[in-house]
Amino acid sequence: MINASLKELATALGAKQISSVELTQLFLDRINRLNPEINAYITLDADRSLAQAAAADALIAQGKAGPLTGIPFAQKDIFCAQGWRTTCGSKMLENFVAPYDAHIISQFDNAGAVNLGKTNMDEFAMGSSNETSYFGKVQNPWDRARVPGGSSGGSAAAVAARLAPAATGTDTGGSIRQPASLCGLSGLKPTYGVCSRYGMIAFASSLDQAGPMAKSAEDLALMMNVMAGFDTRDSTSLQRDTEDYTRDLNQPLKGLRIGLPREYFADGLDAGVAKVVLDAIEQYRKLGAETVEVSLPNTQLSIPVYYVLAPAEASSNLSRYDGVRYGHRAAEYTDLMDMYCKTRAEGFGAEVKRRIMVGTYVLSAGYYDAYYLKAQQLRRLIAQDFEQAFKQCDVIMGPAAPGTAFKTGEKTNDPVAMYLEDLYTIAVNLAGLPGMSVPAGFSNGLPVGLQIIGNYFSEARMLNIGHQYQQVTDWHKQMPQGIE
Amino acid sequence: MQWEVVIGLETHVQLQTNTKIFCGASTAFGAEPNTQADAVSIALPGVLPVLNREAVQCAIRFGLAIDAEIGRRSVFARKNYFYPDLPKGYQISQFELPVVGKGKITIQLGDVEKVINITRAHLEEDAGKSLHGDFHGATGIDLNRAGTPLLEIVTEPDMRSAAEAVAYAKKLHELVQWIGICDGNMQEGSFRCDVNVSVRPKGSDKLGTRREIKNLNSFRFMQQAIEYETRWQIETLEDGGTIQQATVLFNPDTGETRAMRSKEEANDYRYFPDPDLLPLVISEADIEAVKAKMPELPEAMKARFEQQYALPAYDATAITASRGVADYFVAAVAAFGGEAKLVANWVMGSVAAKLNEEGKAIADSPVSAEQLAGLLKRIADNTISGKMAKEVFEAMWSGEGDADTIIEKRGLKQVSDSGAIEAIVDEVLAANAAMVAEYKAGKEKAFNGIVGQCMKASKGKANPAQVNEILKKKLAG
Repeated sequence: MINASLKELATALGAKQISSVELTQLFLDRINRLNPEINAYITLDADRSLAQAAAADALIAQGKAGPLTGIPFAQKDIFCAQGWRTTCGSKMLENFVAPYDAHIISQFDNAGAVNLGKTNMDEFAMGSSNETSYFGKVQNPWDRARVPGGSSGGSAAAVAARLAPAATGTDTGGSIRQPASLCGLSGLKPTYGVCSRYGMIAFASSLDQAGPMAKSAEDLALMMNVMAGFDTRDSTSLQRDTEDYTRDLNQPLKGLRIGLPREYFADGLDAGVAKVVLDAIEQYRKLGAETVEVSLPNTQLSIPVYYVLAPAEASSNLSRYDGVRYGHRAAEYTDLMDMYCKTRAEGFGAEVKRRIMVGTYVLSAGYYDAYYLKAQQLRRLIAQDFEQAFKQCDVIMGPAAPGTAFKTGEKTNDPVAMYLEDLYTIAVNLAGLPGMSVPAGFSNGLPVGLQIIGNYFSEARMLNIGHQYQQVTDWHKQMPQGIE
Repeated sequence: MQWEVVIGLETHVQLQTNTKIFCGASTAFGAEPNTQADAVSIALPGVLPVLNREAVQCAIRFGLAIDAEIGRRSVFARKNYFYPDLPKGYQISQFELPVVGKGKITIQLGDVEKVINITRAHLEEDAGKSLHGDFHGATGIDLNRAGTPLLEIVTEPDMRSAAEAVAYAKKLHELVQWIGICDGNMQEGSFRCDVNVSVRPKGSDKLGTRREIKNLNSFRFMQQAIEYETRWQIETLEDGGTIQQATVLFNPDTGETRAMRSKEEANDYRYFPDPDLLPLVISEADIEAVKAKMPELPEAMKARFEQQYALPAYDATAITASRGVADYFVAAVAAFGGEAKLVANWVMGSVAAKLNEEGKAIADSPVSAEQLAGLLKRIADNTISGKMAKEVFEAMWSGEGDADTIIEKRGLKQVSDSGAIEAIVDEVLAANAAMVAEYKAGKEKAFNGIVGQCMKASKGKANPAQVNEILKKKLAG
């Protein structure tokens, strides 16, 4: 059951081989056993989860079940869920119980899914290793001494350790794809605007996007059917016809044109990772795809551009955590300014503070033009790179991360090395494109992800491309040891 | 040295929408603190703004009313600063690209007209309120007002006296009510002015350093504040001092302005486009839709009144100075059916005088347009004299009922029966032989005295025209 696909779980639930309550309990038991070490979850509420499961069982009994009814999902602790503590990985929100549901949460609720718990994450989604969380580090199930990636590290570790059938994540610069790569999972960041951001705690509003993390592309497609869709409460949500993301899963890949960006196979890429990725591309050739070399000349600019724009937006988005209305407030203070300073000094961790300071600086009078405005101009150039490339190919492939999972603590004192983890993923967010990572093999026993970047709204096609690969490979079925 | 004062205004006009500018919470005034503060108003983690199109329509309406360019693509920006009644830590406003561009408003000072140029008008959200009441030494925060839509209207530094500034503010105040985008309630803060004041030697074309008087919510205070501030700046400069750019507050109790914060402490607001909101795009169709519902503007109405009702320009201007007065006038003319000039005289005369005396708006006039028309009908058909009409009007004002009721009750009906008038005239002539003799000796003025005696004898009820006629006949005979 713990290795079952979402489709298999739905079948088992429908055939009454197992009830939702039993399935939920099974995962809760595994969480109780394994989570104290792995630390994938911040908040659990078995009563709430089981009550949802019981309600799902009633729906199933009435024959009103949808494809996800009764299946438990882990929710990244960035999504507000009514009655659930929602921390965003920060001391600032350590005791914040959300009084409303994020759009994504209500979509899962409406589908009859069970909320299994809230997963660990880098504080306010700022990090690539899950080491900035106030609630402690997360272990990579493939090697407990290594990081699971970030910021959706808890979600990735939960699914990899089979502490949840699947999970949600969010991706601002690679926060779904990089941990998916490091934990041997499939993860999709949709086109910006496909999933509503309402109730998803903001890091960098113009880049943040929710997406699914699961074992297979097929699971991702089923989750996308629930997560995607227009929401009037998010002005950047796109009004489009409802899609069935599973519709193209079984299309053949013959004639698919794969673009290989010269810049993604250059310096900085680990040789072991490069080999796995090239092998995967060879597999696609066998499936009938053609490859063409393309160029994304401004790739190197994406990290500096991102580290101007994302902190700028974050510095403003995080201003609301001021100790006045909710969240942490310093115990003692002399006046208003002292209350602000102490509250924020105590409530935020080092990485968050670093980004608030950078963001405040680049927006300051006298620096705005040189940093923020310039970065916005470069952002357009980066998007144009992809526009050009997609004239020659249908999808772009390359590595999701420059290396495999690194050791805990290895990069914590070198923020720039940490930022380079997102070298291949950040440009996709800047352009607003969809990006996906699928397991493509191992290097020194650690999982390696293949990144598939599609044109706007080509998620169904990308899922098809991932699914066809998973029909002829079994990397996505591999399981770490020691989690039985 | 001769000094010249230079004044520019920034006015925050609260738009009359049912809900807030970026969420569905109510904008009604006076609710219990924080009962109109939803998740967006208190800026919970994860909430997002959604623009209220009603506020945009108000902005377009204003743009059309001042003949301004409507920004086809305007951008919401975040103005970042920390304050306890600013829940997000930033205010959503417009910075580089406002919704309304350059326009103009014409003011009138006596017989002189002056054009005040409008630099821009932009949409933004209001902050909440800090309550410094009894909270055991703490400050209370009421977020009901947070997110209320505002249109900030900025002028060029075109005004040269407190009187001009007040005339502009009054004109703007009237206009925003006229086009129905603001209730104009200054006590409740629906219309607040910030006034930038600087002085310079007369003839200089260089602007002096300005100080900004914040949050004036009465025209009287505005006048006082500008006059005080101007005197203070001139005295400071004449004493060899310099003016520091600053924000100042006016204290109505002392009549003085005092600096709140100087420029060194000024915030760097770190404006940048709000990534949660798309650029506001206004189409030709949007503008046409607003135009179709646009009320007739004061200038057009004035021209029409001169034509349609044959009013002199002075009357037409006075009647169209406010939407309420114009509506009252039109209703009274319609109910009266007679000469519009008579209606105008009464509206500008007795009605305006009483309203002014009691500090009332015309909407609250105890004498309705229909009641006034009822009175005018009795003047027109000679039931009462103009003098009697004043008495009836006073009685109507104090709530004694319609004109006819009052005339009946007080027995004010004019006597137009020539037999009765002749009898009175005969009596008066008999009793005032001396005056009659004077008149006959060529003293024309004595005639008026005899008329007066006749009116007195009739207790004012005799038709004066008839008295004149009969008297002339008798004296000639």
